[in-house]
Amino acid sequence: MPPGFSSSDFYYLMPELVITAGALLVLALDVLLPRAWERVLSWVTVAVILGAGLALVPSAGQNLTIARDLVAIDGFATFFKVLFLVAAALTVLMSPRYLTLENVHPGEYYFLVLCATLGMMFMAGGVDLITLFIGLETMAVSFYVLTGIIRPNKRSNEAAIKYFVLGAFSLGLLLYGMSILYGLTGSTHLRVIATSLVAGDGGLLLPFAVMLLVAGIGFKIAAVPFHMWAPDVYEGAPTPITAFLSVGSKAASFAMLLRIFVAGLPAFRADGLGTAWGQPFGWGAFFYVLAVVTMTVGNLAALTQGNIKRLLAYSSIAHAGYILIGIVAGSTRGVSAALVYLMIYAFMQLGAFAVVVMLRRKDIIGDELKDLTGLYATHPGAAIAMLVFMLSLGGIPPTAGFMGKFWVFGAAIDAGYVWLAVIGVLNSAVSLYYYIRIVVFMWISEEEEKSAAFGISPAVATVLAVTLAMTVLLGIYPRLLFDFAQASAASLGSVPSLGLR
Amino acid sequence: MLVLIPLLPFAGFVINAFVGRRLSKTVSGGLACLVMVAAFLVAAITGWTVISGGHAIEQTLFTWLPSGDLQIPFALRVDPLATVMILVVTGIGALIHVYSIGYMHEETDGEYARYFSYLNLFASFMLVLVLGANFPVMFIGWEGVGLCSYLLIGFWFRKKPAADAGKKAFVVNRIGDFGFILGMLLLFASFHTLDFQGVALAAAARAPETATFGLMTAATLLLFLGATGKSAQIPLYVWLPDAMEGPTPVSALIHAATMVTAGVYMIARNAVLFSHAPTTLAVVAGIGVATALMAGTIGLVQNDIKRVLAYSTVSQLGYMFLAMGMGAYAAGIFHLYTHAFFKALLFLGSGAVIHALAGEQDLRNMGGLKKALPVTYWTFLTGAIAIAGVPPLSGFFSKDEILFRTFTGTAVNGWNGRPLLWLIGIVTSLLTATYMFRLVFMAFHGERRHDAPAAPVRPEEEEPGAPVPPLPGPVYSDLPAVDRTHGATHASHAHEGAHLHDAPPSMAIPLIVLAIGSIVAGFIGVPHAIWGSNRIETFLDPSFEVSREAAATEPGAPLVDVPPAAEPHEDTGRELTLMAVSTGIAFAGIGIAMYFWLRNRAASDRMARRFAALHRLLLNKYYVDEIYDAAVVQPIRLLSTSGLWKGVDVGIIDGAVNGVGLSVGAGSRGLRRAQTGSVRTYAASLFLGVVLILGWYLWR
Amino acid sequence: MTPITPYHYLVLSAALFMLGVIGVMTRRNIIIIFMSIELMLNAVNINLAAFSQQLHNAVGQVFAIFVVAVAAAEAAIGLGIILAFYRNKETLNIDEMNILRW
Repeated sequence: MPPGFSSSDFYYLMPELVITAGALLVLALDVLLPRAWERVLSWVTVAVILGAGLALVPSAGQNLTIARDLVAIDGFATFFKVLFLVAAALTVLMSPRYLTLENVHPGEYYFLVLCATLGMMFMAGGVDLITLFIGLETMAVSFYVLTGIIRPNKRSNEAAIKYFVLGAFSLGLLLYGMSILYGLTGSTHLRVIATSLVAGDGGLLLPFAVMLLVAGIGFKIAAVPFHMWAPDVYEGAPTPITAFLSVGSKAASFAMLLRIFVAGLPAFRADGLGTAWGQPFGWGAFFYVLAVVTMTVGNLAALTQGNIKRLLAYSSIAHAGYILIGIVAGSTRGVSAALVYLMIYAFMQLGAFAVVVMLRRKDIIGDELKDLTGLYATHPGAAIAMLVFMLSLGGIPPTAGFMGKFWVFGAAIDAGYVWLAVIGVLNSAVSLYYYIRIVVFMWISEEEEKSAAFGISPAVATVLAVTLAMTVLLGIYPRLLFDFAQASAASLGSVPSLGLR
Repeated sequence: MLVLIPLLPFAGFVINAFVGRRLSKTVSGGLACLVMVAAFLVAAITGWTVISGGHAIEQTLFTWLPSGDLQIPFALRVDPLATVMILVVTGIGALIHVYSIGYMHEETDGEYARYFSYLNLFASFMLVLVLGANFPVMFIGWEGVGLCSYLLIGFWFRKKPAADAGKKAFVVNRIGDFGFILGMLLLFASFHTLDFQGVALAAAARAPETATFGLMTAATLLLFLGATGKSAQIPLYVWLPDAMEGPTPVSALIHAATMVTAGVYMIARNAVLFSHAPTTLAVVAGIGVATALMAGTIGLVQNDIKRVLAYSTVSQLGYMFLAMGMGAYAAGIFHLYTHAFFKALLFLGSGAVIHALAGEQDLRNMGGLKKALPVTYWTFLTGAIAIAGVPPLSGFFSKDEILFRTFTGTAVNGWNGRPLLWLIGIVTSLLTATYMFRLVFMAFHGERRHDAPAAPVRPEEEEPGAPVPPLPGPVYSDLPAVDRTHGATHASHAHEGAHLHDAPPSMAIPLIVLAIGSIVAGFIGVPHAIWGSNRIETFLDPSFEVSREAAATEPGAPLVDVPPAAEPHEDTGRELTLMAVSTGIAFAGIGIAMYFWLRNRAASDRMARRFAALHRLLLNKYYVDEIYDAAVVQPIRLLSTSGLWKGVDVGIIDGAVNGVGLSVGAGSRGLRRAQTGSVRTYAASLFLGVVLILGWYLWR
Repeated sequence: MTPITPYHYLVLSAALFMLGVIGVMTRRNIIIIFMSIELMLNAVNINLAAFSQQLHNAVGQVFAIFVVAVAAAEAAIGLGIILAFYRNKETLNIDEMNILRW
């Protein structure tokens, strides 16, 4: 064993190792199994994800770093890993029929989904800029391919190119920021960076680096004005991948954002050089502005969309804004609110996309609002589930979405950001308008049974059931999630509270 | 036990929503009614426990929102205030359910089940709202009734006005909810509790914000914004008149027992908090009385039977808010309670009329229904007398109590506007009696006009020299919507005109029960001045108890009403005088209505049909009317149609809503256009973001 | 002749980075845009190497090697995606990618 490594490293890295081995297994099975057995691959993938979940059990309650201080095994990482595994499993479950319809080869698809999951897990666990960067790229590269995996489809191609070009561009910005950060501190380890940087260090270079980091990560979480790729890519990508992208990729990028800014750059939350609009200047102020702009632009643009995937893309942009509110608050409570929100958002968003996946039939793409027409008449269960998801996304109690919003806005007010909460509440009031539009379409039934009954595959039904159950359960009994998130946020530590409010 | 009250209707909802399409109408409708009756029985038992035990019952289901050391439980609580509310909601709600069996019988099985599932869900959410022991639980019900009202108002979603009205209700309510959430969050941040008792205690511990604009004033103003949305007050009342696009029993449910009372209830629930924010109370009273007056004048000229009733609801809610603003919480809740009876009665009665006339809602096409629909007529008349405030019917006692409290209340922030508020209240009272009896006379008395074509003949198109338009309704083209479902299915037999059928038993029984209720409901609140005991106020007092103690801490300015027992004797005389005044006003209103819409209309009808030769002579006789018309009716009509109805309602408020809508839409489309699809633009936007942040940093 | 200091490397890197950024925003051919992005990544590498030299700390060079490796992986993937696109549309002009908009 190389120096500095021990067997416990592998013990704690088990989930990642399981995913890696599983990915290779899927690739091998794809070659070995006869064509007719293709469907088995999805179940193998789900089994691998469940196995990784089991391997995650030893990490519970731990708080240590492994692999020569490159990866942390703490509550924060565990929380996100659970989220990624759940999102990946649900994504895989909603895929098989869609892949058959789109004539996509499943082997590489599932392989790439597992690779993306692997990347996300390192983004949550990494405490070193290099680890985070490698995780980010593992995830991003997998998503570039997954987005364009329907090769004969022009929309899928175009989405892939856009995502790839802009993703690489934003990576350039992010890396440039990281290189400056390294130059200023002489380390890529977040803890060292945190301790060696004092507010005001580095003159103009530090804010410049921070801005590049904000832009690079802002791209991944689709914060305005770095969001423009999102609607196009979400629309063009295969729907299950859109779902995974909007949940997994976003959550992983938030994990990385929290790691870098809250754990790595607490000093620059407020650089001590003055204030802007009564707020201490620093990344707190940047994210304040980003949160406001992101929520507002996301919700406004969603109002007039006719394509469900595009609409959900804008809605997901707006949700990134709400989550940013928790990060602006910066307190442990704010961070835990952001975590709670991400988990809740994962279920409702995946559920909504599962309905869109379901709508894809032989010759109907099923991503326009009018394709929802009469859903209540033909599939009341799915329609009611979609209703719950929409209400939850809009923040209506007693669904989980309300809990998320309540907690985020509550944390903001608690930390003194009253106006931010006001803008957030106003935005969520606006957002309900377009969520309700979706509901309206489902309840309109045309006289002729044009949208004749189409089957729901058991796998998609499972996804709907799980997401629906969680959306309702987390709204009525959010306690477990809250405790989990609070413990996880505490393991991250929090930025010192600001004197100024 | 407590949880059963909302859970029973919810179970009805679940069954009807999921398997309702496979059930027959008898089963799905019967089930819906059964759960409501059961809920009423549980509520009655609970209520009896509260009344006899004299203390609140609480039930905590589980810890809902954990927040570190602070926990928000999912708790339900019944105190005297909630007792009154659950009895009203389940009792009147059950009657409306029963009525719906008859009213909706023409729907297909699936639609029928869908209707009843919504209705049950609505009741369930309303009960959660009422029973919630803290703000978040109340908010579940608060949002839930908003959602259900949207579903129910837009029940006939194929009808565009219905779908639009549903959407309008939803959007307007969201504006109110915005205030509610913010108020709630503000209280949470500063009091660190959201339990109603906890908030009351925390508020009582602080000095009233008499001259300052502090936290409690801000929070209560935000909460009041929420209340204006739910309870249809200025400036958010616009959805309620449109809400009559839904099935009539739904209007009855929304207007009488649920939904609109939520705002009043919420303020009463937080009586202590509001008492500590006198500025807010002044605003509440002002808005309330302004709404009452405005809605009353508008109600005077409407021709759609349900629209008149809708404005009447807005007006009556204004009274309740006036009471809240005066700190007379018990009086406001008393009025809420009596109003539930007669307004439900009036709406269900109008439903029976519409039902009999195959969906006709235009008053100008009614008339003479007295003989054809005796049950409907007599019950409707009872309701009208009750709302007009004629003693000894229920409306008299509650309205009089509010007016009395207004007159004798305390100065608000040094500004003593009580006499003015009282005067406006009295004028509104006059208007109420007038427009209600105008409705009664136009619909039930006079000649039968319902065989006439649906479109009214515009007066200008009649022969030259025609007398005063027999129908003093305004002539704008806002023709009332026709309930098409009924129109379509009933058309075959209704226009034969010969056999108009009165309400079937399932509709008649609720009408009769409600009529009895409208007569006797007021007796629990007979004031001391006329040798009553005003039991309801004594009963409700504990719910505002802390507020009494809190008020006692501030000498000189008691913020809430003094207990009746301590009332000095000289008030009795004044109270009797005021009572006489309001009784006189009620009769005056009825008299005006009789003069304009009963006596002269009959004459004008006769003249218009015959005697072309005697035209001139009769014309002279009608000069009187024209003078009246020009001097009294026209200005009022002008004020209400073009001034208030067209100007404020359509022009300003709708205009503002549409204006906001338009600019939001434009902004949204602009943002869409910015999404050019060009990668280079996107990259530029990305980089521009960096440059902007950097520029901001440097420029600062 | 002035000695070459880390400062000079930073200026070089910044210039290279800006060239890359401008290239992405102004060029139309996808391959050239892609090359511009590589330019940005190489600017990052120069930065890292220069800092590493100045700080006498090898982490920067390790980082740079990772960046090179990742850039290679991206190149492979990117060219694959571009190829798939070219097969469908017979063009490399990025301005002709506009099915997905609004």
